[in-house]
Amino acid sequence: MTLAPLLAVVALLYLGLLFAVAWWADRRADQQRSVIANPTVYALSMAVYCTTWTFYGSVGRAAGSGVGFLPIYLGPTLVMALGWFLLLKMIRSAKANRITSIADFIASRYGKSQLLGGLATVIAVVGVVPYISLQLKAVSGSLGILLQQPAALLPRHDAAQPFFADSTFYIALILAAFTVLFGTRHLDATERHEGMVAAVALESVVKLVAFSAAGLFVTYGLYDGFGDIFQRAQAVERLRVLAGSLAAGQGYATWFSLTLLAALAMLFLPRQFQVAVVENVNESHLKRAIWLFPLYLLLINVFVLPITLGGLLRFSGQGVDADTFVLTLPVAAHQDALALLVFIGGLSAATGMVIVETIALSTMVCNDLVMPLLLRWTGLAQGGARDLSGLLLAIRRGAILAILLLGYLYFRLAGEAYALVGIGLISFAAVAQFAPAMIGGLYWRGGTRDGALAGLSAGFLVWGYTLLLPSFAKSGWLPASFLTDGPFALGLLRPQQLFGLTGLDEISHSLFWSLCANLGAYVVVSLRRPPTAVEAGQARLFVDALKLSRPVGVALWRGRADSGELQTLVGRFLGPERARAAFAGYARRHGVADPATLEADADLVHFAESQLAGAIGSASARAVVASVAQEEPLSPAEVMEILDEASQLRRYSRELERKSQQLEAATHQLTAANARLQELDRLKDDFMSSVTHELRTPLTSIRALSEILRDDPDIPPPERQRFHTIIVGETERLTRLVNQTLDLAKIESGNAEWHTTEIDLKQLVAQSAEATGQLFRDKEVALSLELPERVPPLLADRDRLIQVMLNLLSNAAKFVGRGGKVTVRLAETPEGLRVDVADNGKGIAPEEQQLIFERFRQGGGMTDKPAGTGLGLPISRHIIEHFGGRLWVESVPGAGATFSFVLPRAAVGQ
Amino acid sequence: MQGSILRGPRLVALFLAGCLLFNYPVLALFDRPVELFGLPLLFVYLFAAWFGLIALMAWIIERRRD
Amino acid sequence: MSKTLLIADDEPNIVISVEYLMKREGFEVLVAGDGEEALAKIRQHRPDIVLLDVMMPKMNGFDVCQEVRADPTLSGVRILMLTAKGRDTEVAKGLALGADVYMTKPFSTRELVEKVRQLVGQ
Repeated sequence: MTLAPLLAVVALLYLGLLFAVAWWADRRADQQRSVIANPTVYALSMAVYCTTWTFYGSVGRAAGSGVGFLPIYLGPTLVMALGWFLLLKMIRSAKANRITSIADFIASRYGKSQLLGGLATVIAVVGVVPYISLQLKAVSGSLGILLQQPAALLPRHDAAQPFFADSTFYIALILAAFTVLFGTRHLDATERHEGMVAAVALESVVKLVAFSAAGLFVTYGLYDGFGDIFQRAQAVERLRVLAGSLAAGQGYATWFSLTLLAALAMLFLPRQFQVAVVENVNESHLKRAIWLFPLYLLLINVFVLPITLGGLLRFSGQGVDADTFVLTLPVAAHQDALALLVFIGGLSAATGMVIVETIALSTMVCNDLVMPLLLRWTGLAQGGARDLSGLLLAIRRGAILAILLLGYLYFRLAGEAYALVGIGLISFAAVAQFAPAMIGGLYWRGGTRDGALAGLSAGFLVWGYTLLLPSFAKSGWLPASFLTDGPFALGLLRPQQLFGLTGLDEISHSLFWSLCANLGAYVVVSLRRPPTAVEAGQARLFVDALKLSRPVGVALWRGRADSGELQTLVGRFLGPERARAAFAGYARRHGVADPATLEADADLVHFAESQLAGAIGSASARAVVASVAQEEPLSPAEVMEILDEASQLRRYSRELERKSQQLEAATHQLTAANARLQELDRLKDDFMSSVTHELRTPLTSIRALSEILRDDPDIPPPERQRFHTIIVGETERLTRLVNQTLDLAKIESGNAEWHTTEIDLKQLVAQSAEATGQLFRDKEVALSLELPERVPPLLADRDRLIQVMLNLLSNAAKFVGRGGKVTVRLAETPEGLRVDVADNGKGIAPEEQQLIFERFRQGGGMTDKPAGTGLGLPISRHIIEHFGGRLWVESVPGAGATFSFVLPRAAVGQ
Repeated sequence: MQGSILRGPRLVALFLAGCLLFNYPVLALFDRPVELFGLPLLFVYLFAAWFGLIALMAWIIERRRD
Repeated sequence: MSKTLLIADDEPNIVISVEYLMKREGFEVLVAGDGEEALAKIRQHRPDIVLLDVMMPKMNGFDVCQEVRADPTLSGVRILMLTAKGRDTEVAKGLALGADVYMTKPFSTRELVEKVRQLVGQ
């Protein structure tokens, strides 16, 4: 027995290491350099899901049902796929409401009900105690194996042994002490335990390494790989079925119900809620956990079946408990180091679970069970200026010890009747009772406090009747006839064939009835009355958790309070120092120098309540705050009004944001429009200035010559005649200018009248040439026409096209010079009908070729300037473009210019 | 918490696919005395499908952009 | 000795009327059809007075005026700007560039004659 001290030393050293890690992580957290603010650590801490139940029990279950152990891990995998919605929502609403446990969550959701929080706590404690006892059993079992090697048998527990001689009792005490050290060194307003999380993450690594080492040893050390083990198993009839078929288990119904059960447990086990929701540092860590945690589950299960088959082959007929194969196989092979590693791995699995679970439970017991009772019975809140933070810690420490002792008690009473997996499933089924109230609470506004109470009670009672009591009966604590004949020999009430339901295993059976009762009661009772004001308000906070940017709880309080009293109150639970710091911080954020002068408005009351909620739970916090603040109750109508107001405010602010964006866009458009208008204004100014100039020029000649004629009677008749001719010519020029300006203005503003008819362009060109014939003859310019036989008809305004032709022809006549030559061509092109008016004058410089189409930009070097107004080409271009065509000029300076236009065949006036 | 707007629907689809793959009747298809690589078909199927599911979850959740 | 006067304008009909007026007043009249020609003739003939249009091809009246004023040998040349652009800014610009008188078209022949007389009488 020299081994015992060694084992004790190793185990204690390991626990010491864990504690050192935790202490270091806590220090780092205090220095704002958190080690757990890391997605991998978060994912690993979630692996606290894998307890000794996995470490030792998976093999045990596989020995009974082959791959039937897998649903326990497939369920969580599937749930993690939904984790993006479910867990995220739980994390958000928990953070927004400063929730510290699952009981707190349910209590807070249904109107901060103390009764509901208490009930949830009772369910959690009663449901999880068997699970804790399982850890004790596993640790004591593994110890026993190592101490009694090489017998390698799980020691039969001697019920007659007094507890003080039972090593398990001391294991429970050690674990309790250890948990107290981990979890209740100080009181945290957010109830987060960075050190604990770091230690748990480390333990997750240790147990995976240990289990994999054992698996590798069995698979490749004792046997020749996976193939070899499975081949050997094929030779044994029972093992063949076990290895490769579901038929070894209880079939697909069990498979399904275990998957569902594990999925719910993954969400609602107090320790899972603790690590996944309460201890979550950053919700983005969820991303990695969503795949890394399932991957962990897969890895730790790869070797389960090989170990199982290896153990069954090796220990065939020796009566070795399959639950111990992981340890007994190395022990039997005299692999002492490996056996020690496996023991440490099992210890990791157990301590991780026990620490997190009992801390979570003790928080619940303290906040949702003991505090409310103390507040009610002793009027603690009013009791002077006493510092209650010490009392809170004491309550939690007591709760931890009590829970572990309860676990030991269950171990003594029922521990031997079940294999590890059986006990674990009983706990799973218990916490599954939280599902309707939790999931319903997150997605259904209509759930009420009464509904949740009814559902939880009904489910819990059915669970107790169909699973817990039978576990006692099997251990002989209740008469066996309770199982076989039912209570009072009522066959219909047999707990494992309730109402005659047979064909299901006990877990599926219990799950079916308890969830039916639970969900039915929750829905039916909830539907009996509409939610009250408080319920509706809280429902909004949880159901809309992903939509709310800021809790609206503040607005749901009205009354009078005193800031000094509030600080004193918070100080009593958190310690005066921390309360002072918290209130000073609050004052700073609100721009108030002295916390004492803070206005005790709804905001401050809410702040105080949330500080307290971290320490004593939301329901108790509400009750405590109510003792110093005179709250004026709000009627349901008022609450709805406030909530509507809040959502209306959100709507308004969204609306406002949208409007301001629209406004910005409109401003942009207006700026652009204004720039365009200014440009147009400038153009108009230029135009007016040009028009003025063009009008004044002929007027100048007219006026000057008229005055000369008037003032000087002695002008010789030829001179007189010449002046008169000029005056008439300039008058005509003025008239033309006025007409064309108006014409252009009409065309540009779209007010021109268009008389579209079918026209023959050939005839039109010929007619225009004839009309200008005299002009060409006067200037001795040769005009020749090159027209095709016939062209297709066009739709256009006849007079307007003649106007264009006359403009082009007279321009040509004007610029070509005496003795020149002008050719007019008409041709069909793919683009349409094309007309060229080509001259052999001196041409137009390239830089002028565009300018001449602008208003009042006449070509340079004219000899008889008065003939042109500078508007002919712009008007012509407008006309051609109106009919969908284009007008342009090509010119080689010195070799003449060609003005061309094309009109599309199908041209139609707009 | 930024990501593709398809992330949510994809994860839900994966969840539903997982429910299908790990339940009757799909499971029954593989529950037969056939061996693959010297291992029972059901064993290989369960771990392969499980791993595939996890890989897809990782891919959907970790990919940066669409 | 008769005084010399240059008419710089690209509008033939205006040139005709002003030329008639100024010859009747006894000036020796020179004519230029664009800005460059006007500047060349001013340099060559050093007229006593220039009737300068603003909007001319090749070189506008403002530039011609500026060139003349920049040349100290032409300091005796009086400049009367005649333009159809009657805006205040144009007037100010013309005067700032050294024009002696600024008149907008259409002008009164009597007024023009009077201004010209005043300028050469100085």
